[in-house]
Amino acid sequence: MLWKTIKRGYHQLGSPRYFYRFSSAVLPWLTPIALITFVVGIVWGLAFAPPDYQQGNSYRIIYIHVPASSGALMGYVAMGIAGMVAVVWRMKMAEIMIKAIAPFGAALTAISLVTGALWGKPTWGTYWQWDARMTSMLILLFMYIGVIALQNAIRDPRQAARAAGLLAMVGVINVVIVKYSVEWVNTLHQGSTLKLVGESTINPAMKYPLLISMLGTWLLYAVNVMVRARTEILSRERRSGWVKQLVAAGGR
Amino acid sequence: MTETANTALLTLASLACERDDRVLFSGLTMQARAGEIWQITGANGAGKTTLLRILVGLHGFYEGRCQWAIPRLQEELLYLGHQPGIREELSAEENLRFACALNGQAGDLMSALQAVGLRGFEDVPAAHLSAGQKRRIALARLWLSRKRVWVLDEPYTAIDQHGVESLDACLQSAAGQGTLVIYTSHHRVDGRVRRLHLAGGQAEVVS
Amino acid sequence: MRAFRATLMRELLLLWRNPAEIINPLFFFVMVVSLFPLAISPEPKQLALVAPGVVWVAALLAVMLSMDGLFRRDQESGVLDQLLTAPVLPVIPVSAKLLAHWLMTGLPLVLVSPLLGHMMQLPTLALEPLMLSILLGTPSLTVVGAIGAALTVGLNRGGILLAVLVLPLYIPVLIFGAGAVTTAVQGGPVDGVLAVLGALLALTLSLGPLAVAAGLKISSGN
Repeated sequence: MLWKTIKRGYHQLGSPRYFYRFSSAVLPWLTPIALITFVVGIVWGLAFAPPDYQQGNSYRIIYIHVPASSGALMGYVAMGIAGMVAVVWRMKMAEIMIKAIAPFGAALTAISLVTGALWGKPTWGTYWQWDARMTSMLILLFMYIGVIALQNAIRDPRQAARAAGLLAMVGVINVVIVKYSVEWVNTLHQGSTLKLVGESTINPAMKYPLLISMLGTWLLYAVNVMVRARTEILSRERRSGWVKQLVAAGGR
Repeated sequence: MTETANTALLTLASLACERDDRVLFSGLTMQARAGEIWQITGANGAGKTTLLRILVGLHGFYEGRCQWAIPRLQEELLYLGHQPGIREELSAEENLRFACALNGQAGDLMSALQAVGLRGFEDVPAAHLSAGQKRRIALARLWLSRKRVWVLDEPYTAIDQHGVESLDACLQSAAGQGTLVIYTSHHRVDGRVRRLHLAGGQAEVVS
Repeated sequence: MRAFRATLMRELLLLWRNPAEIINPLFFFVMVVSLFPLAISPEPKQLALVAPGVVWVAALLAVMLSMDGLFRRDQESGVLDQLLTAPVLPVIPVSAKLLAHWLMTGLPLVLVSPLLGHMMQLPTLALEPLMLSILLGTPSLTVVGAIGAALTVGLNRGGILLAVLVLPLYIPVLIFGAGAVTTAVQGGPVDGVLAVLGALLALTLSLGPLAVAAGLKISSGN
């Protein structure tokens, strides 16, 4: 019974037409929820959370930095999974997803790098440190750029998506290896011993706004992916009957 | 043999393909049987090569159904693409030997090269051969061990009058032995050939 | 097996008749390394400090630049289509191609690397780890680079795009490869680092050819 439901869900969400209907129903309430959650988290964190006893107010950038980093990482992993589904099971919706996930993820990676650098100046005394996390993020950005560049270089949209999907699959494995190898290279060269605030000891008054702004960022990411996927669906299926009907009915 | 002769080897149902925002063909429905010769015609860019690539499994982006009644098509397929698959650094014999090893074909390479008129050129690097001669190297595989399905993209291009006649005879004799031959060209092998014409996004079986 | 052997022999023959494809990466390797004493300083101490990284980056770029031609000519001449419609799994001839390519372009890099290490003033005890690390690392670079080459084979601006795709994937091999040599220079034990390189090699050898074959299918339009 459960298995059948899962299987039906897979097939339904795998159909671009069903996804379009589904997202039409979800977006009107998901969009405001995402915006409100994000704004609440950010405003609470930036304006009302208590200052850090060591770093003062400069630590507040984590309310942007951490959500951006987590979203960027999750986005790439999601892209790799979509890539696997597209390459192995040839699911059309997965191809569309690969294209929809990449731009926001790349933007989040860039935001994470910039905020990390801004945070680094008061904490480390320099904008850039080749520490394990910053380096991994930089490489993640390169890998996002690779996926987007490959996608743009291939004219046929389905072929482009499948090629990008394969690259993202390989990339996910690489992300994991890069993380460990970059940590290893830091021990080899005895790099900076400056550590950030221990995350386990974070004050709850600082933690809740962080969790909320993370959730808000993820929801915004989801909204962005849905909107992009819908555009891509319309452009791909523009010759099919249901899109023509949709256009004739005024787009809703 | 008599049983398989009448069942369809290849079934296309509502096959449609678009490329670069253009519908190459749509609503293509046909059945091809063992022992038939199919000629695919159409203007340049009508989608002949793409259709053949769909048939042999090289192109996967299409709508509709393309089904072979052969469990493992690759075992029984002889495909010659738009480019003949000849590397200029290798001699005629080396090229042919590799193609045979890759495709699991056996037979006397020398007599196959003789059949396409390349005897005496077998050690010459393909770079020194003409376009027609290069295509003949690839065509030599038709004279080696038999496959049940031949898919040939423009086999007659750059082939001289004598070569055309011997290729005609080769296709006819293969069809006589139950091979399904599908090729693109404006040249008709003989009057019994069935023809599929691609034009203006439509595909129709003419004869 | 017949297809593997035939492809291997053919590739070796092709590379043998195009000696530029073997010699150019080698010259590139030597030339790039010899730029550094001119750019940084001919002072032995400074050179020895950067030597592991310089030799490794140069080897990595040499392998990467040699990848662009791996499938291009086969694609243009239609051989790639033959390979994908043949009654063998594409991964078999693909593996043969990769092996031949590494033997003709990667192995020469391994052989000249001690010489370059010496020219870069690496201590003698670090030369063997250098050679071993390049021996274990370059096959990974070849296989991973081939994934990029397969995905860009039909595209006009393949070369620079290939670099953008492949360089981030090369980073782990670079880190552990150069790291092995640095460890040796510092007098540490290199076995563990070389074992990691070996593990990376096992990973790329087991999954890489499959990804290359999948990439070729995608590029052909599937």
